[in-house]
Amino acid sequence: MENLLSIITFLPLVAAAILALFLKGDDPAAQANAKWLALIATTVTFLVSLFLLSGFDPADTGFQFVEERDWIMGLKYKVGVDGISVLFVLLTTFLMPITILSCWEVSARVKEYMVAFLVLEGLMIGVFVALDLVLFYLFFEAGLIPMFLIIGIWGGKERIYAAFKFFLYTFLGSVLMLVAMIAMYVDAGTTDIPALLNHQFSSETLNLFGFHIVGGMQTLLWLAFFASFAVKMPMWPVHTWLPDAHVQAPTAGSVVLAAILLKMGGYGFLRFSLPMFPIASDLLAGLIFWMSAIAIVYTSLVALAQSDMKKLIAYSSVAHMGYVTMGIFAANQQGLDGAIFQMLSHGFISGALFLCVGVIYDRMHTREIDAYGGLVNRMPAYALIFMFFTMANVGLPGTSGFVGEFLTLMGIFQVNTWVAAVAATGVILSAAYALWLYRRVVFGDLIKESLKTISDMSAREKAIFAPLVAMTLLLGVYPSLVTDVTGPSVAALVTEYQAAVPADTGVQLASH
Amino acid sequence: MISADFSAILPEVVLVLYAMAALLGAVYTGKDELAGTLTWATVAVFTGLAAWIGLSAPDAVTAFGGMFVDDPFARFAKVTVLLGAAAVLAMSADYMARRGLARFEFPLVVALAVAGMMIMVSAGDLMSLYMGLELQSLSLYILAAFRRESVKSTEAGLKYFVLGSLSSGLLLYGASLTYGFTGTTLFAGIIETIQGGHVSVGLLFGLVLMITGLAFKVSAVPFHMWTPDVYEGSPTPVTAFFATAPKMAAMALFARLVFDAFGAAVADWSQVIAVIAALSMFVGAIAAIGQRNIKRLMAYSSIAHMGFALMGLAAGTEAGVKAMLIYMAVYVAMNVGTFAFILSMEKDGAPATDIDTLNLYARKEPIKALAMLVLLFSLAGVPPMLGFFAKYGVLLAAVNADMVLLAVAGAVASVIGAFYYLRIVYYMYFGTEAEGLETRMVPAQWILLMASAIVMVAGVVNLLGIEGAAALAAEVLVR
Repeated sequence: MENLLSIITFLPLVAAAILALFLKGDDPAAQANAKWLALIATTVTFLVSLFLLSGFDPADTGFQFVEERDWIMGLKYKVGVDGISVLFVLLTTFLMPITILSCWEVSARVKEYMVAFLVLEGLMIGVFVALDLVLFYLFFEAGLIPMFLIIGIWGGKERIYAAFKFFLYTFLGSVLMLVAMIAMYVDAGTTDIPALLNHQFSSETLNLFGFHIVGGMQTLLWLAFFASFAVKMPMWPVHTWLPDAHVQAPTAGSVVLAAILLKMGGYGFLRFSLPMFPIASDLLAGLIFWMSAIAIVYTSLVALAQSDMKKLIAYSSVAHMGYVTMGIFAANQQGLDGAIFQMLSHGFISGALFLCVGVIYDRMHTREIDAYGGLVNRMPAYALIFMFFTMANVGLPGTSGFVGEFLTLMGIFQVNTWVAAVAATGVILSAAYALWLYRRVVFGDLIKESLKTISDMSAREKAIFAPLVAMTLLLGVYPSLVTDVTGPSVAALVTEYQAAVPADTGVQLASH
Repeated sequence: MISADFSAILPEVVLVLYAMAALLGAVYTGKDELAGTLTWATVAVFTGLAAWIGLSAPDAVTAFGGMFVDDPFARFAKVTVLLGAAAVLAMSADYMARRGLARFEFPLVVALAVAGMMIMVSAGDLMSLYMGLELQSLSLYILAAFRRESVKSTEAGLKYFVLGSLSSGLLLYGASLTYGFTGTTLFAGIIETIQGGHVSVGLLFGLVLMITGLAFKVSAVPFHMWTPDVYEGSPTPVTAFFATAPKMAAMALFARLVFDAFGAAVADWSQVIAVIAALSMFVGAIAAIGQRNIKRLMAYSSIAHMGFALMGLAAGTEAGVKAMLIYMAVYVAMNVGTFAFILSMEKDGAPATDIDTLNLYARKEPIKALAMLVLLFSLAGVPPMLGFFAKYGVLLAAVNADMVLLAVAGAVASVIGAFYYLRIVYYMYFGTEAEGLETRMVPAQWILLMASAIVMVAGVVNLLGIEGAAALAAEVLVR
C-alpha cells in the first residue's frame, strides 16, 4: 500500500466531511449516529495505522512509506515516516477512539463536536508525516482552528478568553517560524525536509544592527523555530496559555491537547531544530537546559499550590515536558530515546489523568479539589485507576513514566551534571503534588453530603481506561518496544549531530 | 493597421457599446422596470467577455502606437475584474430591488466603470492610463452616492469625489513632470530614457507623485482615510463592488506603471512601496480591532490586504508580481463570498451591519456559518485555506528580494489581523443568543457564498489553475 500515509491522514478528514454534509438534525438519534460514525472512523484509522507498524523497518534510518507529488507554488506534497515520527502517528490514532468514547455523554452540538475532533485528528497526523516544510506548517497551524472551536464552544466559563489566548499565542509563535521556513527555502532552494536535513545552513557570525550573532543564520532560524515550538511544548516562561486552555477546554479537548498537541513542539525540535541547525542547537543548549530545569522545579511548585485539579495536571504537564526538552538537547542516545519515550508515555498518562478528572467532573460538575474527599468509599474502581495513573505520573518503576524520566536524566547527566541534579528534584516534587492531590480527593472519610450518592465508573468508562492502563504497564516493563523502533533513527541523528558540531565549541563558550 | 488596432480593443468597444445602447434603450422604454433585466444582461455580458478574453491566444499585442497593450497580464486582470463585477451584480440584484434602489443606471454605471478598469490595466501610455482611471473613478463616485435620499450615501459620494479628485490631480502632476523630464508619455519611451541615464530628481518627483495618486486608488496607508467612510456610507452592493473589481484593476495598473514605465529603476520605487505596504498592513490590522460595523471592518481589512499585495509589488521581481496577482485573485474571490453574506444580513427588514447581531448565528444556520468560518479564516491567512497560500506567496517573494524585515512585519501584522476575524467567529459560534437577525438569501447569494468558501478549501489542491496564468502574466510584465 503505497498511499498508506495519505489514507491514514485523510480518512478522518473524509469522515468529518461526510458527517458535516450528510448528517442532518440534532435529535438523540442523529447524535448517536454522529458518535458512532466518529468512533468507527477513528477506530478504522487506528487499525489501518497498524499496517504502518507492521510494514515499518526499524533498521532503515531513512524515510519510509514516502509519497511525493507536485503541488502548487513550487511546493511538494510529500509525506513519509522514520523511526522518530512513526510512533507519534500511532499515538495519535490510538488515542483518538478513546477520546471520542470519552465524550459519549456530551449532548450539545454533538455533530460539530465530532467533526472538530475528526478534523483535528487528520491534521495532527499530517504534522507527523509531512516531509515538506510548508505542508508541515499547514498541518501545524490548521490544527489551531478546530482546537480554537473546541475550547470556545464546548469549554467552561472563561472559555472565550482561553480560546483567544490559545489561538493568538500559538499563532504568533508560528508565523515567525513561517518566515524562517521561507528563509530556509531561499537559502537551500527546496522545501523538501529530507533534502534540508542534509543542507548546511551557514553558521558564520553575522552582524545585525550592531549585534554580533554567534552562529549566524543558524541561530536566527533556530530562534524562530524555537518561538513556535517552545510555545507549543510549552516551555517555561511561555507556558501560561496552557493552564487556561486546559482548565476551560472540555475533557476530551484537554486529553487531545495534553496527549498529542503538546507533542508537536517536541517533535518539531527533533525534526527541525536539532538536525537542521546543529551548531545553533549546541550554542543554545545551555539556555534550554536551564529553562527546562526551571520549568521542572517551578511548575512543580506551582502545581502544589493549585486548588483546581485540571490546572494542577496542566502544570504537571509543563514539568514533564521539561524533561523532554532537556533530553532532546542533551543530544545523546539516552537523552533522545528518553525524550521520545517520555512524550509517548506522557501521552498515555496525562490523557488518562484528564479523563480521571473528567469522570468525577461529569458527576459533580466541579474541579475544585476541596469539593472532594473520601471517594474511595464509594468509587473503589475509580480509586484504583486514579492511583495507578498518579503513580505513573510520579514515575514509579514499572510504569512508563519511570523509563522516560530515567532515560532523560541519564542523558542530561552526561552533558550537564548540575542541570541533572536540579531536574532530579522534580521527581520528588512530582511525588509531592501528585500524592497530595490523590490523598485529598480519594482518601479520608466521605463526609461531604454531595458525595454520598456518587456512583462508581460505568462499563464504558472502564473500557476507556483499559487500553491506557495496558499501554502504560507494557511500556513500563518492556520499554524496548519503543526504543527498538526509535533507536536506529536516533542513533543516525546523534551521529550526524556530533559530526556537525565542532568539537571545540564547548571550550570556546567556556572561555567567554 | 486601424483594423488590427480595433481588434485588440474589441472587448472594451463591445462593453462600451453595450452600456450606451442599453442606457438609451432603457431611457426611451421601460426605465426602472428594466433594472432587473439589465442587471442580468450585464452579468451575462461580463461573463461572456471574461470567457472571450480568458480563452484568447496568449500573445501580446500593442495597439494605437503603444497606447493600448493587450497581453497576458492585462488579460489576467481583466478576467478577474469582469468575474468579480459579474458576481457582485448577480448577488446585489435582490438587495437593490427590495431597498428601492432598483434603477436601471446601476448595472450600466458598473459596466462603464468596468470598461474604465479594462482600459486602465491595458494602458501603455500615461494618457490612456489617465483616461481609463477617470472613467472608472467618475463611475465610482456616482455609485457611492447611489442612494440619493440618504445623507450618508451622499456624504460618501462627495467625500470620495473630493479626495479622489485630489489624488487624480497628484497623479496628473506626476505625469506632467514625467513627461517634462522624459519627453514622452509612452511607457516604452519612459523606460528607454531611464535605461539611457540615471533617474533625475524631477523624474523621481513625478514617479513619487504618481505612486501617491495610485496609493489613493488602492486605499493604501497613508492615503486610506476615505475608505472606511465610503465603505460604510455606500449601499452595500456598491461597497461589495468597491472591495473587489476596482482594487484588482488599480493594483494591476500600479504594477503596470512601475514595471512598464519605471522597470529600469526598481531600486527607486521598491523602498517607497515597501513602506506603504508595511504601514497598510499594520494600520489595517490595528484600526479594524475597534470596529463594530462590519462594513467598516471590511474596509480596514481591505486596507490590510492591499498592504500584503503591495508587498509582492515591493519585491520588484517576477515572482513578486506573480504572487501579487494570485493574492488579488484570491482576495477578490474571498470578498465576493463575504459580501454575499453581508448583503443578506438584515434585522427587522432593514440591513444590519453590527457584528454583534451575529450572536450565536451558527446555531441558527450551521451551513452558512461554516462557510463564513472558512472565509474568515481564509481572510486571516490561516492554513489550510487559500488565503494562507496567497500570503505565503508574497512573503516568499519579499524574502527572496532580501526584504526579510518587511516579511517579518507582514507576519506579525497577520497575527494582529487574525484577532478581529476571530472575533466575528466568536460572535457566530460562542456568543450569547441574540434575536432578530435574518439572513434570507436568494439563490445567487447562496451559490456565491458557498462557491467562494469551497474554492478557499478545494483551491488548495491546484489553485484552480490560476497559477499558470499568473506566471505567464508576470513574465510578460517583468522583462
